[in-house]
Amino acid sequence: MDFFLLLLTSGIAVGGIYALIALGFVLIYKATSIINFATGEFMMIGAYIFYTGSVLFGLPAIPSFLIVMAGAGLLGLLVERTILRHMLGQPTISIVMVTIGLSSILMGLAEMIWSSDYKSFPALFPRAPIVVGDLIIRSNLFWGFVVAMVTVAIFALIFKYAKVGVAMRATANDQMAAFSMGINVRSMFTLAWIFGSIAASIGGLIIGNIGGVQPNLGGIGLKIFPVVILGGLDSIGGAVLGGFIVGIVENLAGGYLDPLVGGGVKNVAPFVILVLILMVRPYGLFGRKEIERL
Amino acid sequence: MAILEVNNLHLSFGGLQVLQDVSFSVNSGEIYAIIGPNGAGKTSILNCLGGFYQQQKGEILFDQTNISHISPDRRAASGLARTFQNIALFRGMTVLDNIKLGSHAHLQTGLLGAAFYWGRAHREEMELRQEIENSIIDFLEIEHIRKQSVSTLSYGLQKRVELARALAMHPKILLMDEPVAGMNAEETEDMVRFILDIQEERDLTIILIEHDMRMIMDISDRIMVLNFGQKIAEGTPQEVQRHPEVLKAYLGTDKRGQK
Repeated sequence: MDFFLLLLTSGIAVGGIYALIALGFVLIYKATSIINFATGEFMMIGAYIFYTGSVLFGLPAIPSFLIVMAGAGLLGLLVERTILRHMLGQPTISIVMVTIGLSSILMGLAEMIWSSDYKSFPALFPRAPIVVGDLIIRSNLFWGFVVAMVTVAIFALIFKYAKVGVAMRATANDQMAAFSMGINVRSMFTLAWIFGSIAASIGGLIIGNIGGVQPNLGGIGLKIFPVVILGGLDSIGGAVLGGFIVGIVENLAGGYLDPLVGGGVKNVAPFVILVLILMVRPYGLFGRKEIERL
Repeated sequence: MAILEVNNLHLSFGGLQVLQDVSFSVNSGEIYAIIGPNGAGKTSILNCLGGFYQQQKGEILFDQTNISHISPDRRAASGLARTFQNIALFRGMTVLDNIKLGSHAHLQTGLLGAAFYWGRAHREEMELRQEIENSIIDFLEIEHIRKQSVSTLSYGLQKRVELARALAMHPKILLMDEPVAGMNAEETEDMVRFILDIQEERDLTIILIEHDMRMIMDISDRIMVLNFGQKIAEGTPQEVQRHPEVLKAYLGTDKRGQK
């Protein structure tokens, strides 16, 4: 039983972090209908910016964190303004190819700037593990979870209540109607990229804090696909639930099945669940039915 | 006095001529109807006015300002509201949220303002809500549904909510694309009453497209008739009904001028 609870809690903690990264996909998809295949690389760049601030320049955690947000925002802005704005109206497949190309470019840039060596962060959070009853949770994971959930909550509140969030929802809902309400749809697109990039980079920062950073850190972005598809590409609540499901399934499968078959189940399990759920609900658990699948 | 002036509008998609040399002007406070057979270019004119289509030639003057090349959102913010032929409400949002989005452009506090000057943003929101409740929701008789999601409403009510949202924009000109299409007699009657009341109380200029001939003839001050992208007639309902070109192109040979 203890073993089960241990797997469950770490599953939930990891799931919360997945949810934040999934939000990086959802925020952009919701407003612009573009799936950003470079989301993982946005994470990686975020982690490297933090590394640069805290290790190379020796800044404390909070200023480094603010620099990550600013840098990620700038990255999102640049990508949208210089590349994707010119792709408006092009076939989906071309836009997808552009984001895949972008991910390679970012990976190459990271290698040029920071080299391909493994880099680790100074401890971001208090080292002491968190003890709840009999359960012991790694501090990195626990605090990472807290930061991820707070970030998701902030984005959810912006979308629900802030004027700009409402305008973004309107844009996602019906572009022509949004234009007719005087909403500047193009700046909503830019903002979606900025938000998505910030969400992903904070996720990258958390992952980097747990396991260090390398140029291929973005590979974890692939693992987030089941999360996003499960939750429905355009639903924030769905991203959160999808994150928890994938995190828990992954940990339970890893804990119980890996010893039996000699490993590997942990990585495959989320995709098995993904296929099963898509067979029943092709538009994800919370997605709009008319979503175009790729 | 003309509030809107359209001069020599040309619009084509590839080889297809959609609008050819269309000129008209709309006076402040009038109800101006655009009619014509399907495919005559009526909705294209609204899309040019709204900025969704860019005409190849010609200019659009709104309040003496040339708006031919400014973006749709800025045209909307300057006082050009629109309702759509196929209702374009924000699905999944409530009636009230939809209507509040109409006043989006007029809220002064922006993103940073909303975050840092909570007090002011809050006050604006309250004033806005008051205005919407009193002069739009009550007026259009949709109090009972304001908390409902728009997707659950009947077609007629959705059209009414769309009108409410357009009014929340405080427009100078309201463009209505087939406001009563697909409505039953009672819904049509309600809508006509609302249009007339709005025009009277708010001193609004209304440009509308409609296929319901009885309604057009009843409420329009002036009518423009389009056929194959060209203006073939313009005038009061009586003049248009007797115009030989119109009878030929649009109304068949029915001398009474009813479809």
